[in-house]
Amino acid sequence: MRQIAIYGKGGIGKSTTTQNTVVALAEMGRKVTIVGCDPKADSTRLILHSKAQTTVMDLARERGTVEDLELEDVLVEGYLGVRCSESGGPEPGVGCAGRGVITAINFLEENGAYTTDTDYVFYDVLGDVVCGGFAMPIRENKAKEIYIVTSGEMMAMYAANNISKGILKYAQTGTVRLGGLICNSRQTDKENELIEALAKALNTQMIHFMPRDNEVQRAEVRKMTVIEYNPTHKQADEYRALAKKIERNTMMTIPTPLSMDALEDLMMEFGIMEM
Amino acid sequence: METCTKVTKDWLNTQEYREKNFAREKLVINPAKACQPLGALLCALGIEGSLPFVHGSQGCAAYFRSTLSRHYREPVAAVSDSMTEDSAVFGGQSNLIEGLKNANTLYSPQVISIFTSCMAEVIGDDINAYLGNAKDQEAIPKDLPVALANTPSFKGSHITGYDSMLKGLIDCLAAPRQEDKLNERLYVVPGFDTYTANLREYKRLLKVMDTPYTLLPDQSEVLDAPNLGTYELYPGGTPITEMKDALNAASFLFTQTYSTPTTRKYLASKGVPVEVISMPIGIAGTDKFIESVAKITGKDVPEEITLERGRSIDAMTDAHQYIHGKKFALFGDPDVLIGVVSFLLEMGGEPVHIVCSNSTPLFKKAMESLLGSSPYGQGATLYAGKDLWHLRSLLVTDPVDMLIGDSHGKWAARDADIPLVRIGFPITDRVNLHRYPIVGYSGVINMITMIVNTFLEEKDRTSSDTYFEMMR
Repeated sequence: MRQIAIYGKGGIGKSTTTQNTVVALAEMGRKVTIVGCDPKADSTRLILHSKAQTTVMDLARERGTVEDLELEDVLVEGYLGVRCSESGGPEPGVGCAGRGVITAINFLEENGAYTTDTDYVFYDVLGDVVCGGFAMPIRENKAKEIYIVTSGEMMAMYAANNISKGILKYAQTGTVRLGGLICNSRQTDKENELIEALAKALNTQMIHFMPRDNEVQRAEVRKMTVIEYNPTHKQADEYRALAKKIERNTMMTIPTPLSMDALEDLMMEFGIMEM
Repeated sequence: METCTKVTKDWLNTQEYREKNFAREKLVINPAKACQPLGALLCALGIEGSLPFVHGSQGCAAYFRSTLSRHYREPVAAVSDSMTEDSAVFGGQSNLIEGLKNANTLYSPQVISIFTSCMAEVIGDDINAYLGNAKDQEAIPKDLPVALANTPSFKGSHITGYDSMLKGLIDCLAAPRQEDKLNERLYVVPGFDTYTANLREYKRLLKVMDTPYTLLPDQSEVLDAPNLGTYELYPGGTPITEMKDALNAASFLFTQTYSTPTTRKYLASKGVPVEVISMPIGIAGTDKFIESVAKITGKDVPEEITLERGRSIDAMTDAHQYIHGKKFALFGDPDVLIGVVSFLLEMGGEPVHIVCSNSTPLFKKAMESLLGSSPYGQGATLYAGKDLWHLRSLLVTDPVDMLIGDSHGKWAARDADIPLVRIGFPITDRVNLHRYPIVGYSGVINMITMIVNTFLEEKDRTSSDTYFEMMR
């Protein structure tokens, strides 16, 4: 069983990329579980065709304690047998979303959510690694493999570099490694070259360059992945390609995060920042 | 195996180990301090009809209650809104609202004193907003006073929490100051004081000095209640009416410095005259208390006080030879340490090691100035921010005759083969010590009794037949 965590700046397309890639893996016959680690609980919408899924923390709130939950209440099968769970969490501005992620992941583990026939567990994690809770998927030898979704936009690259710092901390004490950057294209200038260069500087690879295509939006509106909505579309093949690359990936590295200056130099080299 | 243990034990007593111990940076071993909410609880218990309410986890509440119960050997009433895993994620608002409702229904308090444990503080619960919502939802009546204190245990210590709760209680209960309606009362704040007898002593002295006073807070009846066969949930405390009128005080007199800075600042900002003195332990300390009261009230010091002082001086003279030149190590809270060191210096005792885990720069300066003022203080070192494992190293490498501190010191004293005289908090392995004052002139006599008789007992127990004397 491979446990994989997907990180990246908020709004970069982590959930979309994760779900499309997971469905591609499922097409290949793999048994996959997605764990959404975000209070917004939108990591499994395209697979379940609805957002209305009961999250671990929602149900804990309703029943008063997490001990009263049953696994089947919060782990649901969707398209192609992909199993889906969402941590859920508090409303913005109160409580502790990070603790919600910890609670949810502990619950899933303790209650045997990861059956022996599982090939992959994907953790789709909220935005930045803002606190220890959001590092839960890579703590204690859970996910050993991380992919960062980024684009050629400056803030997405900042975030990718920051996340690398987080990974470095856990990589030094554990077995977690960076598997690569996924460039989710925003059609910025020289985007491909820039992310290749960033990947190199971070001691990793750009595992795939995902072109921008409106078919993704059309599928999303219908609460579907591209593979389900339009399986013969070329964008569906892009996700299949990424799934294959992840399946075959052996380049697992300890990242070498850049200093702010070095990162800005890199961006300037590719013309993003002006002097 | 036996040999190995002995070798290790012997090594723990060496200078080499002491140096390694003092180079320790990342680890604290038995700090001589408790956490903020414990102090808040003690404070909340001292107000009439006040129900202490822990916004946080139940285990924390149990710890504060049991620690106080073991010291006073009295029941300690407090409720908790019992935050659990899901409250940590969603915030504790629903716990707080339901808890307030239950607490009010079951225990009909006159005031609810809310303070927090770490969990609520780490997730940033806004207790002030939650309280507003509780009242909006009519979980409790709008006019039920609820005092608030944020008491994160990961900063400060029990004396910080005491201070926060005290400020919260005054802020919640006291009406605004009106210069034309001043009440001519002296409000005396004892600070984090775990001797019910100290509180009674303050009240007795103020009565003898014919001073209209309010002791704020006053746990003497709550934590030393008479056993009359029935249980009282609210057996005493500072009357609510006097709390309401607190800002109209003639003056506030604080008898502890380091457990009260926030409250003093708050009162000063409200235009209330504030005096602060060191804890009145020893002759000079008590003199200062008497003088301050006399100065504020403008009344003469009555004859009775002069006689009392004289009796204490006589007791000091009778017993000075047993303390003079003896070496002491001490640990505890800043205010108590200043007082007890000052008393020892008056007796010609020589403090050598002073360990204060919850030291502050101001305290360090005050202690160093106190030590510098006496020839008997020249050999003393203050170890600020150090713990009881450091103290152990000090005792075994640089021996003294006696350790003074709370019950936690008994292991270090045992390893160093010296007696421990228990002064401080908590005292969980001796009875009744909180029923004897250490403040005031009578406190002087009590401390002489404890310290000198411990030395003499030790002498009788260990002396050979030749030197086993009728007189000591």
